[in-house]
Amino acid sequence: MHDQIKESLLKKSRATRSERRGKLISLFCTAIIILVVVSIFYFVASKGLATFFSNKVNVWDFLSKTVWNPGSTDSHGNPQAGAFPMIIGSFAVTLLSAIIATPFAIATAIFMTEISPTKGYKILQPVTELLVGIPSVVYGFIGLSVVVPFVRHTFGGTGFGILAGTFVLFVMILPTVTSMSVDALRAVPRYYREASLALGATRWQTIYKVVLRSATPGLATAVIFGMSRAFGEALAVQMVIGNAALLPHNLVSPASTLTSVLTMGMGNTVMGSVSNNALWSLALLLLLMSLIFNLIINRIAKKGEL
Amino acid sequence: MVEQTNKIISSNDVHLFYGRNEALKGITMDFNESEITALIGPSGCGKSTFLRTLNRMNDLIPNVTITGTVKLHQQNIYAPDTDTVALRKEIGMVFQQPNPFPFSIYENVVYGLRLAGIRDRRQLDEAVETSLQQAAIWDEVKDKLHESALSLSGGQQQRVCIARVLAVKPDVILLDEPTSALDPISSGQIENMLLELKDQYTIILVTHNMQQASRISDKTAFFLQGHLIEYADTKTIFLNPQQKETEDYITGRFG
Repeated sequence: MHDQIKESLLKKSRATRSERRGKLISLFCTAIIILVVVSIFYFVASKGLATFFSNKVNVWDFLSKTVWNPGSTDSHGNPQAGAFPMIIGSFAVTLLSAIIATPFAIATAIFMTEISPTKGYKILQPVTELLVGIPSVVYGFIGLSVVVPFVRHTFGGTGFGILAGTFVLFVMILPTVTSMSVDALRAVPRYYREASLALGATRWQTIYKVVLRSATPGLATAVIFGMSRAFGEALAVQMVIGNAALLPHNLVSPASTLTSVLTMGMGNTVMGSVSNNALWSLALLLLLMSLIFNLIINRIAKKGEL
Repeated sequence: MVEQTNKIISSNDVHLFYGRNEALKGITMDFNESEITALIGPSGCGKSTFLRTLNRMNDLIPNVTITGTVKLHQQNIYAPDTDTVALRKEIGMVFQQPNPFPFSIYENVVYGLRLAGIRDRRQLDEAVETSLQQAAIWDEVKDKLHESALSLSGGQQQRVCIARVLAVKPDVILLDEPTSALDPISSGQIENMLLELKDQYTIILVTHNMQQASRISDKTAFFLQGHLIEYADTKTIFLNPQQKETEDYITGRFG
């Protein structure tokens, strides 16, 4: 009798074995994902850094020079790989579209969570989801046929440029920022609102003094997430920005972004050539930027926990 | 002994429906000024719901219908022209869960004053000190007024919430099971504080803790299934209840 109990206790039960199996499977899948991420980083970095190490492009020149023609060399014999116009283009469209989208997104989110949480939410929720799901080429196409002519007629120039890119990106990131802002506002506990109203606050006072203030980390995350999406968007921007690797003098002159130069150029260069390596450097820059955006989001999330 | 009492709130035949479900079935009762009234009864008996009709917090819940009248200083607060914002400044509320805002202790206490548009730094500082002293927490937090209120313990948070209500200088304070989430020591501190505050405020307290009701309240009301079963001096309710249901509940024979 005793031996039986002892034996059954010492033997691994089915539950223990299946738990071990589950752990192994999830560990394996995680390891694969980590491996993929690491190898992407390694690949992009090795290619992207080759521009600086094998092709002797100065890092500072790469970031600050304005002539982008990596196939040819300048008077010193160095490849002309100045990415500054693209960096400016990328940051300009990102920041401008985020600046325009933020008030719209937050106002919509307030409407959906505070003002009309039942009817308004029911109508707007599927709308934002739909907008997120529209492929970027469709946004680009609409931008090309509607926004570019509109900009041309209203502000002059060819219509292609940072302004058109901003408008298209504004519409593209609006649903993302909105739905994340909705999540942030909904995460504000009901009892903050009750406490505020019970102290004699009006609904509007409650919204801007308590709800928005408590949700600030979440709202900031939403905006930065939108910016990271805008920064990485390639196709739609490429269709409306004009694709001139020149420093833009105004918002309606053709410009380019890191992504648009990549999509335009990647089919036209030979692996291992200077031009190809230079494109990889741009890709590396994009990767680093998205890493920075992620770090900022993490930082804010940690601050928000408190 | 002649006690001079003034009715401050009187409710008359208050019915409340959540959708079609009748949660309050005709509550008629008066509350006296400068007294502590305890509302007791089993869960779901309507005592919290009734408390929330007194400052119209139930308005925030969709599908609630309320009939009857609740008068504060002879004014029906359910009259169509009632300003609920002004009403809630006169009737403060403390909730079951300590719910300080995620701001500093100082900002929590002055919240109501800032709503009223008070900017004068000295006035705000003074209000913070007085309210926190009244809430018996000044000594514990005076050196960290600008730290987050969320860094405090549950009992301290609850007292900050009470200070936040006191800063607005309401006539009536409603407390919805204010100590049920707290340990006995914190609960005791809050009970003592309520006794201190009694002279200046009318206090209405919902509690599950019958010892608490018997320790601090002047009057006790027993609710059951949406009815007010018995309402009398606390002594009478606990020592000589007139209704069988009250007696059963108080002696623990309820069921």
